[in-house]
Amino acid sequence: MAQTGILLETDNGEIKEANFGVITAARETGDNEVVGFLMDGSAEACKAAVQEYGVKSVIEIKAGAGDFNASPELQANALAEAMRHYEVSALLGLSSTWGRDLMARVAAAMDAPLALDCVGVAVRDQIVTKSHFSGKTIAKIKLEGDVFLCGIRPNAIEAAPAAVEASTDVYTASAGDSGRLKVVETKGATSGVVELTEANVIVTGGRPIASTENFSILKACAQELGAAVGASRAAVDAGYAPHAMQVGQTGKTVSPKLYIGCGLSGSVQHFAGMKTSKIIVAVNTDKDAPIFTKCDYGILGDLFEVVPALTEVLKEQG
Amino acid sequence: MQIYVCIKHVPDTAANIKVEGPAGFDESVKFVVNPYDEYGLEEALQITAKTGGEVVAVTVGKESAVSSLRTALAVGAARGILVKTNAQFLDSGLTSRALQKAIQQDGTPDLVFMGKQSVDSEGMQTPYRLAKELDMPVVTEVVGVELGDGKATVERETGGGVREVMEVSLPCVLGATKGLNEPRYPKLPDILKAKKKEIKQVDMADLGLEDGSGNTEILELTQIPERSGATMLEGSPREASEKLVAILKEEKVI
Repeated sequence: MAQTGILLETDNGEIKEANFGVITAARETGDNEVVGFLMDGSAEACKAAVQEYGVKSVIEIKAGAGDFNASPELQANALAEAMRHYEVSALLGLSSTWGRDLMARVAAAMDAPLALDCVGVAVRDQIVTKSHFSGKTIAKIKLEGDVFLCGIRPNAIEAAPAAVEASTDVYTASAGDSGRLKVVETKGATSGVVELTEANVIVTGGRPIASTENFSILKACAQELGAAVGASRAAVDAGYAPHAMQVGQTGKTVSPKLYIGCGLSGSVQHFAGMKTSKIIVAVNTDKDAPIFTKCDYGILGDLFEVVPALTEVLKEQG
Repeated sequence: MQIYVCIKHVPDTAANIKVEGPAGFDESVKFVVNPYDEYGLEEALQITAKTGGEVVAVTVGKESAVSSLRTALAVGAARGILVKTNAQFLDSGLTSRALQKAIQQDGTPDLVFMGKQSVDSEGMQTPYRLAKELDMPVVTEVVGVELGDGKATVERETGGGVREVMEVSLPCVLGATKGLNEPRYPKLPDILKAKKKEIKQVDMADLGLEDGSGNTEILELTQIPERSGATMLEGSPREASEKLVAILKEEKVI
């Protein structure tokens, strides 16, 4: 029987919620067994959560030799080896920075087709739907071959539980490390920061935010919503926010349930990065701003008045 | 240093894309150098300005991609190579084989730069596949490069404001992203001079490759529909906010 593999992503040993949508997508194939792969030794800890969504076996991948955590090449070789060992014909994962890097390494090593940033997948047909032209179009792509890989945009597929009883296993790969590439340091690691691409709610500031300090207004609102804070290209280019916060064509592509844009004009490039959001709300002082013609709800007003008011209302209503 | 920079000729990010046929689009829009590749090109130019050597721009594309090579030459690349194909969208495996063969036919790279992804097909994997073909290590989402003896120290963005510092042996493939540098604009005299610089053209077949022989196929392109316009929430900031919160609760997004 064919098996569908899932590259499970964790954050400090805890399974990320965004995985559940990926598992749901893998399960749609019905008869396929879903095998979850973990790279950080957290199989036992994550088993309870992932079996709720139909993962039948949770495999912890290790390397026999080498500095596993510091070598992306070693991780990729080990994962490719495990995929062959468990006869996985499809590997699905999150199209996060980590998932994209690892899956691209595996796909290159196996010379297998890969599609990233997918918003849908038909595992048996080996057909994916994914963003194309930076979110302006959706492409339906056929992936040929015995094995294919697919990275799914966080939040793109709604998770649906289907509990099973999972087993755990450890796979120790014999793959070696070329030693050509190693992680020597991780900088700026902060806990409690919601990653833009995985956030359910995003509050974004445009150029009218006018300073780095003023982002605190958006952060206060984001805190009430459990949201991540984004910035437009104009705000980033003006130096008000780092590029890591940029949403749009040369920034992050996001699909939250709720996107609140404050002081955004609504450029084609910005929309390319967020138009697949479920609900888009715009706050702008200009009634003719293009954003009002392509969002769901609009508030005509100054973000410096509207956002604090919204924060207050959210606070009061819990 | 001999640095090869892979660029892609893509529709301008501001262009409105009109889908034509099942998987084609109106190609009469303005085309530019893929924005992420510009960061790679700029970094290569800054490095050779210090170390000496040559920057060679390489692309796989239609005949029209020559204009993007000219742009690269205008900002400082010494030469250009075009691998000619008839398709705008080649499978990333095929593209990387074409790039590898074109590069190795031309010389011995000390470093290969490109963007972390194209803004049209958004495959995000050509740097990895090219690295495999060239038997080199690869890092993408690169926002910092420091060259050392036989190795480079590279910073990559991993999301949530976190950066990974990596040590990578040379030669290697680096996929650039925004934040690495500020790409320069071509100046008029340089645009004129660029017209005299050499662009070598080879066909896919000359490299022993065949268009359409990859393992992915775009079956269909669909325009993402635009929303029809906002429902405006009237009243004071407070009143509008109350209305909004009620709607968002109703929609179950908060």
